[in-house]
Amino acid sequence: MEFLSDIASLINSTLRISTPLVFAAMAGIFAERSGVIDFSLEGKMLMAAFVAAVGSYYLGNPWLGLLLAILACVCLSMLHGFASVTHKGDQVVSCVAINILIIGLTTALAAAWFGQAGLTPTLNEDQRFLEIHLPFADALRDIPIIGTIYSDILSGHYVFVYLAYLSVPLVFWIVFKTSFGLRLRAVGENPSAVDTAGINVFSMRYKALAVNGVLIAFAGAHLSTAVNANFFREMSAGRGYLALAAMIFGKWHPKTALIACLLFGFTDALQIRLQGVELPAIGEIPVQLIQAIPYILTVVLLAGFVGKAIAPNAIGQPYIKER
Amino acid sequence: MSNTVVDKSKVPWWVSNVIVPLVNLTLALLVSGVFVFIAGENPIEAVKLIIYGSFGYIQGFAYTLYYTTNFIFTGLAFAVAFHCRLFNIGGEGQAYIGGLGVFLVAINLSFLPVPIVWLLAIFGAFLFGAAWAYIPAYLQSKRGSHVVITTIMFNFIASSLMIFLLVDVIRDTNQMAPHTVKLPEAIWLPSFEAFSGILGIKIRYSPLNLTFLLAIASLFFVWFLVWKTKWGYEMRAVGHNTQAAIYAGISPHKNIIIAMCISGGLAGLLGVNEILGVSHKIQAGFPAGYGFTGIAVALMGRNHPIGILPAAFLFGILYQGGSEVTFEMPNITRYMFVAVQGLIILFSGALENLFRPQIESFFVKRLNREVSA
Repeated sequence: MEFLSDIASLINSTLRISTPLVFAAMAGIFAERSGVIDFSLEGKMLMAAFVAAVGSYYLGNPWLGLLLAILACVCLSMLHGFASVTHKGDQVVSCVAINILIIGLTTALAAAWFGQAGLTPTLNEDQRFLEIHLPFADALRDIPIIGTIYSDILSGHYVFVYLAYLSVPLVFWIVFKTSFGLRLRAVGENPSAVDTAGINVFSMRYKALAVNGVLIAFAGAHLSTAVNANFFREMSAGRGYLALAAMIFGKWHPKTALIACLLFGFTDALQIRLQGVELPAIGEIPVQLIQAIPYILTVVLLAGFVGKAIAPNAIGQPYIKER
Repeated sequence: MSNTVVDKSKVPWWVSNVIVPLVNLTLALLVSGVFVFIAGENPIEAVKLIIYGSFGYIQGFAYTLYYTTNFIFTGLAFAVAFHCRLFNIGGEGQAYIGGLGVFLVAINLSFLPVPIVWLLAIFGAFLFGAAWAYIPAYLQSKRGSHVVITTIMFNFIASSLMIFLLVDVIRDTNQMAPHTVKLPEAIWLPSFEAFSGILGIKIRYSPLNLTFLLAIASLFFVWFLVWKTKWGYEMRAVGHNTQAAIYAGISPHKNIIIAMCISGGLAGLLGVNEILGVSHKIQAGFPAGYGFTGIAVALMGRNHPIGILPAAFLFGILYQGGSEVTFEMPNITRYMFVAVQGLIILFSGALENLFRPQIESFFVKRLNREVSA
């Protein structure tokens, strides 16, 4: 039974750790399907974490913090759109600018407002999201297998965990089953054809970026108002890039991107467990190597040793309307 | 917007290469001022402190040039790759590994005559930096994995690798902190103090050293390489239009590899300044963000050595003056200057065309009027 509960807790932490990646990957799908590269997921996630923590500290309600985070991220998405859609600037440069700006700004403002360490104040129970215990979780725990799955794996997560996994079918439905989704994909594949059909390419891309901003805000709020009770410097720790890699590995598709996110989450959950453990024959693996595993995995997955990824056709190219 | 279409050939070079970048820089600095105000300090006072800190006294000025040295290397690194349309965001990791190259060469060959050790150490820095850029370059050209993501990942991996080495392999075991032993004093690069005696200036410690001249030489090296050699031409051709380059018999694969390796090598040279010139040992995290700043330097300098020199100097002023600000203003930390970098990348990179049509048409109209008058 020891073994079984180990597995259960590993799956439990995989679900939790994958959550910000899932939101970010879904956000990335919207931007990139519309033909706009989004390396700025990292910066937006960090911004959301900062704004959610500060907002909910002052307003006393994590939902209001989340709302502010959504606003902030949509603003950043619009900035990205303004630079790369309206002014046809380089999309990658725009993303790099946003990422560096946000790394600096969040820490600088946290330090200016709350002291030199660059931390925001710890949130109390009213100011942060708490774990949700599903009904009858305690009563059902003793039932073999089903009880473990229900009480130890599915129950006891933050609201964001459930929302993240609900967002995947929703994104799938929007992107592949609605007329909005059809236009979105068309704009990313062949914008001039879409333009000919009388659809405004620019406004489609702005709409996609707005949805992107809303989704990525959840990832940041999850980091600073749920799993942690404050914001700290560079707390997104490369998750935006991991999510992007997961999205590319998942071929810009919600379902496969979800699987890639879970794979990242699982490796991360595993690396936490492997720290300081003596493995048979190998001995103890240096902690720095273990911590580098998600990054190495990203490189390996992106190298496409598991199949080639084909990006939306018009990605990265600003649309220039012919007259 | 659309009625301001300008005939590009009529725009004087100084409008598009001097006026427009200066307007963009001004915008970035104005927004930075707003951030300083939000943080609860007076932006005008901050500017005064920056100017005093970077120019006001000889030691401060020496520090400014020391930072400039680092930014020339990382700026050039980004620019070289950019001419091949590659975004080398990995300058940070390449500089870190380059530092390892300097240290390993210098500590193992310190018995050789001094100038030879220096040359070999510089070579070591370049080689290690280049090697760290080689893998992302290879993956980009052969496997199509986006160089931005792989170089970012290689920054994380470099950091893990170096901390592992510093903690478990090459740590100075007499110390608690994770850093190496110091290099023998005989092979340290001469610092500015040594020269200032000749010039008749008395100065206390400054980190400025001989590497500054290496940085100036690198500017010429890059200019010659990119604009005056066949390889530079091929590389720019690949960057400009890969299909046309292939048609002309130019191999994109070869050029991507060379461009990234030279880029990584230049970033690696930062290690020469930091390790052979200043701290004489490897400390955890010594590249301290210089690699990322290189992006802003290169974009502001329009990826040309002539532009990168003043841009690197400007960032030298911001860094040195910035440390004066953080010392005097409790609400400003060095992260404020990271945000300023982000704004400069935004306005001189992504939004560089924000006011370009208006400015260009303004000058073209004025010049036409002068001609006809």
